[in-house]
Amino acid sequence: MAIRVLYFAWLRERVGMPEESVAPPPDIATVGALADWLAARDAAHAAAFAEPGCVRAAVNQDFADRSAPVAPGDEVAFFPPVTGG
Amino acid sequence: MLRIAVQAADFAPGEALDALAALGGGGIGCFLGVVRPPVACLTLEHYPGMTEAAMRRIAEAAVARFDLLGCVVIHRVGRLAPGERIVLAAAAAAHRGAALEATAFLIDWLKTDAPFWKKERLEGGEERWVEARAADVAARKGWGV
Repeated sequence: MAIRVLYFAWLRERVGMPEESVAPPPDIATVGALADWLAARDAAHAAAFAEPGCVRAAVNQDFADRSAPVAPGDEVAFFPPVTGG
Repeated sequence: MLRIAVQAADFAPGEALDALAALGGGGIGCFLGVVRPPVACLTLEHYPGMTEAAMRRIAEAAVARFDLLGCVVIHRVGRLAPGERIVLAAAAAAHRGAALEATAFLIDWLKTDAPFWKKERLEGGEERWVEARAADVAARKGWGV
């Protein structure tokens, strides 16, 4: 089973798509490892993840930090710090 | 009473306040956020599903912490022009202190804990994503939760 990855705001613009389904190797088991693996895919992903300090994440729609576990079947979102209100 | 809404359409602040006033409390606090110049156009993006859940958590935390009779949080998404309403946070309580504090709590939390992103186009045509403000994070931390 794959991981569903969503992108929002300028991460979406830089990656060039709002979401994708990915199947990383089994040793990719945290948010941080997934981000690094995605960043190595191509230039667009590299640009999106170029500033790790500006990238936030959610796993299954809950905010998560880089050490949070991810597994096949999860929905993982990457986005900039939120600016609503 | 909790009313949470994420919508493209405008909303009627008076209707929301009337509904809160009907709960029998003595005070209603209200914050209304509006698009202002030099922003020529504001586009709001959100994370459907997570947004509503986050707003509900924020509203439930406010009700519990300030013993509210009810609260309303409405946030618009999509393209908005100067003068248009963006967000309403309102709280009903027995007395004004709790109502006003809860309103500040709601909007401070909304700015840091709900997945919305603003892109603004300035009057000169320049487009940029709004950056998170350290002051907003500090305001959120000030509530100590």
